Amino acid sequence: MATRGFLGRRNSDDTTKDRLPPGQFLEQGFPVLSAGPTPRVKTEEWSFKLKAGPRLLMQWNWAEFNALPQTRMTRDIHCVTTWSKFDTAWEGVLIDDVLAEAGIEAPTGFTLAHSADGYTTNVPTVDLVGGRAMVALRYEGKAIPPDHGGPARLLVPHLYFWKSAKWITGLQFTEKDELGFWELRGYHRCGDPWREQRYTDD
Amino acid sequence: MRWQQARIAGIVPRSKTVSSFFFDLPEPFDFLAGQHVVVRLTAPDGYRAQRSYSIASAPGARSRIELAIERLDDGEVSPFFHDVAEVGDEIEIGGPIGGHFVWTVADGGPVLLIAGGAGVVPLLSMLRHRAGEGATTPMALLFSARTKADVLFREELSGLAARDDGFELQLTLTREASPPPGAFSRRIDPDMILEVTRRLPGPPRRAYICGSNAFCERAADGALAAGIDAGDIRTERYGA
Ligand SMILES: Cc1cc2nc3c(=O)[nH]c(=O)nc-3n(C[C@H](O)[C@H](O)[C@H](O)COP(=O)(O)OP(=O)(O)OC[C@H]3O[C@@H](n4cnc5c(N)ncnc54)[C@H](O)[C@@H]3O)c2cc1C
Repeated sequence: MATRGFLGRRNSDDTTKDRLPPGQFLEQGFPVLSAGPTPRVKTEEWSFKLKAGPRLLMQWNWAEFNALPQTRMTRDIHCVTTWSKFDTAWEGVLIDDVLAEAGIEAPTGFTLAHSADGYTTNVPTVDLVGGRAMVALRYEGKAIPPDHGGPARLLVPHLYFWKSAKWITGLQFTEKDELGFWELRGYHRCGDPWREQRYTDD
Repeated sequence: MRWQQARIAGIVPRSKTVSSFFFDLPEPFDFLAGQHVVVRLTAPDGYRAQRSYSIASAPGARSRIELAIERLDDGEVSPFFHDVAEVGDEIEIGGPIGGHFVWTVADGGPVLLIAGGAGVVPLLSMLRHRAGEGATTPMALLFSARTKADVLFREELSGLAARDDGFELQLTLTREASPPPGAFSRRIDPDMILEVTRRLPGPPRRAYICGSNAFCERAADGALAAGIDAGDIRTERYGA
């Protein structure tokens, strides 16, 4: 049912229509959203852990992780709070390359990403592999600023951006789909912007 | 998430740019102080816009909730509320949602609250909850507004502080030529946060910070500098 007197999209622009998922608007800036203070994660103390359940499969320090094959990815990103940003340019290590380096194929269909501040988010493993996701180390050619998740953040651009965990410190494969921080607090377990999967039962 | 057609039951101006909108909920819900709802508007061509708004009411107000919405001149949804919406209009509301930026009496204290502008809304819900439950949890609110006229819910907040039951109110006005006695007149900084924190009987068990993103960033860094653990600081960022 239409809302009385609401005429809708301002500055509606047909050139962006096919690129904007339902309910999103185009943002020129780069808003910051997070649940607490911005952690200042020192690269000297950072490490990236790959786990299967409780078992550590492999671990890299900052220098080791930066020595892995680097890939560039320019993508549109979509925040559940309804802004989208086009053509954001990232550089980092594809999850495929992380797995190749560990000499494994994804052991389970579910993954939990872990962050330095205790944040977690669950991402179906299929959404992380096949060149679709990376651990980003640079944004627009520079180190990622702390408020945008630096030194390293997950980048899963085809899902709502809360899945792209800031200050990432590891990926853990899980037997079951274990809900993460926002997923436990009312947000959708998958988060596909094109299907508008914002909240739990959407 | 549960969606329902809520009816605007009343509109009350709170400042030049902020008004409270009271919604009657056909399907009443329980919520926690600090949670928000999602408001969804639909245009005749099917285009939909949705935005989050914190619930200002105290939990317990199950069938009529208050949202306080600030008008952003170039916004899409907030000007609709200020310029178009009227009592009797039906608006789609989803929620409640959010379970991180919440406080219940059982969570205890002391609690430090820091608000910038409309960011006071979820903190007001916590204060209303505290007062409504007759709790004496030590709480201090540091509230930053441009001018005295922009201090949302000023009378209600002063009234709560005047009860002398463990709630302290501290204003800081960033653009007021002659601030009232006791108010700071500068932007939030670590010294100010430290000073307000010290009025609590002990180190805050939790700090809740709400406002624009830039405000939250500044206040959260200030709270860290004032010695509060990162794990005890919760922020709700309204954007821009
Ligand atoms: C959890 C949460 C709780 C919140 N609670 C409250 C609350 O209690 N009270 C409150 O007032 N707000 C609250 N907010 C903020 C609220 O959700 C909205 O962001 C706010 O009302 C602005 O919405 P808008 O549609 O008016 O502006 P938007 O259309 O979203 O625009 C916001 C700004 O972005 C820019 N912009 C966006 N799109 C365009 C465009 N196409 N062209 C040009 N400029 C553009 C404009 O500069 C504008 O000022 C909350 C936010 C969150 C996340």
